[in-house]
Order: sequence, then structure tokens, then C-alpha cells
Amino acid sequence: MTDYNGYIATDTIEGAEDGPLAGKTVAVKDNISTKDVQTTAGSAMLEGYVPPYDATVVERLKDAGATIPGKTNMDEFGMGTTTETSAYGAVENPVAEGRVPGGSSGGSAAVVAAGDADLALGSDTGGSIRCPAAFCGVVGIKPTYGLVSRYGLIAYANSLEQIGPIAPSVEDAAELLAVIAGPDERDGTTRDARDNGTDYEFAAAADGDVDGLSIGVPTELLDGADEAVVETFWDAIDELESQGASYHEVALPSVEHAVEAYYVIAMSEASSNLARFDGVRYGTSGSEATGGSGDERSESAGVSGGEGNWNESFAQAREEGFGEEVKRRVLLGTYALSAGYHDKYYKKAQDARAWVKQDFDEALSEADVLASPTMPVPPMKRGESLSDPLTMYLADANTTPVNLANLPAISVPAGETDDGLPVGLQLVGPAFGEQTIIRAGSALA
Amino acid sequence: MSDNAVDGDEVAHVADLARIDLEEAEVERFTEQFGEILSAFEALDEVPETNRDADLTNVMRPDEVRECLSQEEALRNAPESEAGQFKGPKVS
Repeated sequence: MTDYNGYIATDTIEGAEDGPLAGKTVAVKDNISTKDVQTTAGSAMLEGYVPPYDATVVERLKDAGATIPGKTNMDEFGMGTTTETSAYGAVENPVAEGRVPGGSSGGSAAVVAAGDADLALGSDTGGSIRCPAAFCGVVGIKPTYGLVSRYGLIAYANSLEQIGPIAPSVEDAAELLAVIAGPDERDGTTRDARDNGTDYEFAAAADGDVDGLSIGVPTELLDGADEAVVETFWDAIDELESQGASYHEVALPSVEHAVEAYYVIAMSEASSNLARFDGVRYGTSGSEATGGSGDERSESAGVSGGEGNWNESFAQAREEGFGEEVKRRVLLGTYALSAGYHDKYYKKAQDARAWVKQDFDEALSEADVLASPTMPVPPMKRGESLSDPLTMYLADANTTPVNLANLPAISVPAGETDDGLPVGLQLVGPAFGEQTIIRAGSALA
Repeated sequence: MSDNAVDGDEVAHVADLARIDLEEAEVERFTEQFGEILSAFEALDEVPETNRDADLTNVMRPDEVRECLSQEEALRNAPESEAGQFKGPKVS
């Protein structure tokens, strides 16, 4: 275990003897299923849940020779920007005392930043790999939608999320991405990079050559950002320019509405996905959930086989098993999909999503990559976001548009503020343009 | 900030639809927060109607019997089971 609470559990899973990741430790976010090893997704609802199968990415890690040193702490079901909503306690930022590590893959970024794992897997629904990578001063990649199998990932918002790597360097992240990427017949949304004009030679692309690279900078993503963050961002762009890249400003008017559209879509999908947690097939049944330290699972205390009816039992199990942020999102998603409100929220959010896609396509027709600060703010102080959910949601302004557009993006360390807080640079590429963002990012890290 | 986008009854109604019991204090807190969050979502009214013809194709596979979880594995995480089946609460 770690003193910053990066792991939920540290059961070791050994991989094959040989392979590209032999001798490396790869920590795995706790919403990714590991056969015979507890997988909680940071929720009391799944305390004691032991998957009977491996996620495809875990199978691939084992085949590649990696050792999994533990399951990393995370915001409950991936719902958070600070890794403070876990039922297993908040994670501290190992490189910025008193600050959050970012979320929701905060444990994965923290164990890499602290050197307790060589590499880690996270998942990114609206920034959950890039945000903690930025806040902990490491590298994180959110792949093109469909590049990596989601089989065995506990779903939050299927149409938006991807599993991806977190690593100390771009080259290491690229190497891990090559292991987990590729089509999977158990996830019908996966697509083969080779059918999309490219291949899986990601690590070879980390050659740092940005001579002639054209960078578009969407002004909308700088407007509301913290001054110290913007200053560090421009320093990083200057550095890329000095290595032969050029930049120009681009307009992405649709992104002004992206964060709202993201939350409506993500919450709506969550309200449907999380309906499966009823305390009957798995998960905690009513009067059983404790969260955190619980080590007893009563065989008889559950209401599932007792008095009451289905609806009452489910509602009680879900009241006890879900934390406050999860309830908030499931209820708002239920509201957005309910009769009379669907057109006002969900349909408009889908319009916004299509608009964001068009905007990105246009901007990327005149630039190789688009650059912005990964997060508009430096890592927040611990505890200050929990009582103000809307402010926490708005911090995802720069990362959520990328998920709406299904595009790949990388966060690389851009430097630090004068107060020594890490700042991330986000580079967005065209669909299946992983090699372009890896090459550009490797000029900095 | 409009605080009257939803009232406590509506929050309770949605919680009922979502099958989540809420304590009184949660209903009060959510009522206030939902007012703020939903008024932020109002910004979506400004989004123009956009052509959403996505380039999507169905992904099919032959419907064939293949290896799957054993009954024991499938039941392993159920709080209660009986005679090889999940055991749930009464239907009514």
C-alpha cells in the first residue's frame, strides 16, 4: 500500500515470462476486471466483487509479460475529477502536497508519479486519464474511440470511454498502448487501425521530431483558463516552436457547449448502465454496504431474499451502495431522459456532439494537432470541490470535447506554475492519429 | 442562478424512477444543486440543429454456441442463490 492511498488492493498478478512488458509493473484501474481479483470501481456497491473473467486489456498485459502490482484507487465508477469520491478514501497528489491528484484515474497517475509502478492503465470518459496525468506531472493517452477493447471495463458511459496508458514518458505510454490496442470480437465497437490507414508502431513514433509540425490553438480553450496555466502552456508551445513546429489560432465555437453536452450524455448513459446494480446478481444487497474497511459479507443480512418487493429492495441496496456523486449523476441522467425533458436535454446534447465533431474535423484539416492546456486550472486543494459539483464539472471543459468527437489526445507535462504545481499540455489528433500526437508529445517528454 | 428548475417532489419522483431511496437531507441538497446544474445545461438551447448522419454500420457475428461462464462462476458473486439460481426479493 502507499501513504497517498493510490491502491485499493495490492494483490499481485503475474504475467507471462517473456514479452514486450516482461519485468515491468503495470498497475490497473479498479474498474477494469481482473479474474479472481476483487474489482470495485471505487464503489461500496462492488465491495467483495470478484470477476470470473479478465478484461481483454488485462489478458493482453499478462500475455505481454507484465506484472500487475495492484488495483488503483479511483472516483466511484469513474465519476469525478479529483479522486475524492472513492468509497475507499481519497487519493493524495504525491507530487503536490495538499492537492488532489486529478480524476477519475487518480490512483493510476499517482502510483506512476510516485514510482510505485512503472506504468498504469486508466480509463477516460471525459478526461479521466488526461486530467490526473496533468495534475501528477506524467503522460496519459486517451485513444481514438474503438482503438482499445472495453470488454471487462465496468461501464459508465459506453459511447465516450476508452482505456488508455499512463506512464512517465511518451515512449513508455506508446509502448503500453501498442500492447492493449487492436480489435476484439468481444467488443463490437473496436476497429482495426490497419483498416484506418495506419498501424500499431506507436513506440517508434516517439522520435521527438516536430520539424514542420502545424499546431492549431483553439482560443476558446484558453479563454477561461487560470493565468499561471496559460503562461506555462505558451512556454511549452514556444519550446515546440524552437524545435521547428509552427502554431496558428483556430476557432472552435462549439466547444463552448461541450461540457454541458458531455454531462447530459454521460449522465444519461450512466443512469442506464448503473441500473444493473440491484444487489441480486452481484453487488451489495440492502443493509449490507459498508464501504472502505468492510471485511465481512453477511450471508443472511441482505434483503434480497427477504420481505419487501423488488423495487423496495433495489432502492434500498442502491441507497446504501452508491455514494453521493453517483446518485447525483444517475438521478440527473434519469431526469434528462424522462418524458418531457428528452428533447430539451438529450437531443440537444447529441446535436452539440455532432457540432463538436464537425468543428474538430475542420480545425484538423488545417493543422496536424490541436493544443490546449489539459486542465484550465492547476490541481485543486483537497476537499474544496466536493460541495460544489457544478464547479468540478466545469473543470472538464478542455478534455470533454475530445470524447464527444471520438478523437485521440495525449497529455504531456508542460512545466510547472511558479508555485510548483504541474501543468499538462493536451495535444489532440485526427481519428487514428495516435502516432502524430505521440511524435509531437515526445518532443516535450 | 435559478433555484426553481426542480422542486423536492420532482427530485423524489426521479429518485423513485431510478430506484434509489434518498434521505430527506439528500433530497434537499440535490434540489438546490440540480437547480444550478440544470440551469447550466440550459446553454444547450443555443446549439443549432446539426446533421447527425454518422457513418455507422452494424457489427454482426454468427449466433453460435461458444464457451461461457459455468453456472457456478455466474452465481459466485450473488449475495444469495438457491438451486443454481439467483435468489431475489418477492415480486409483489
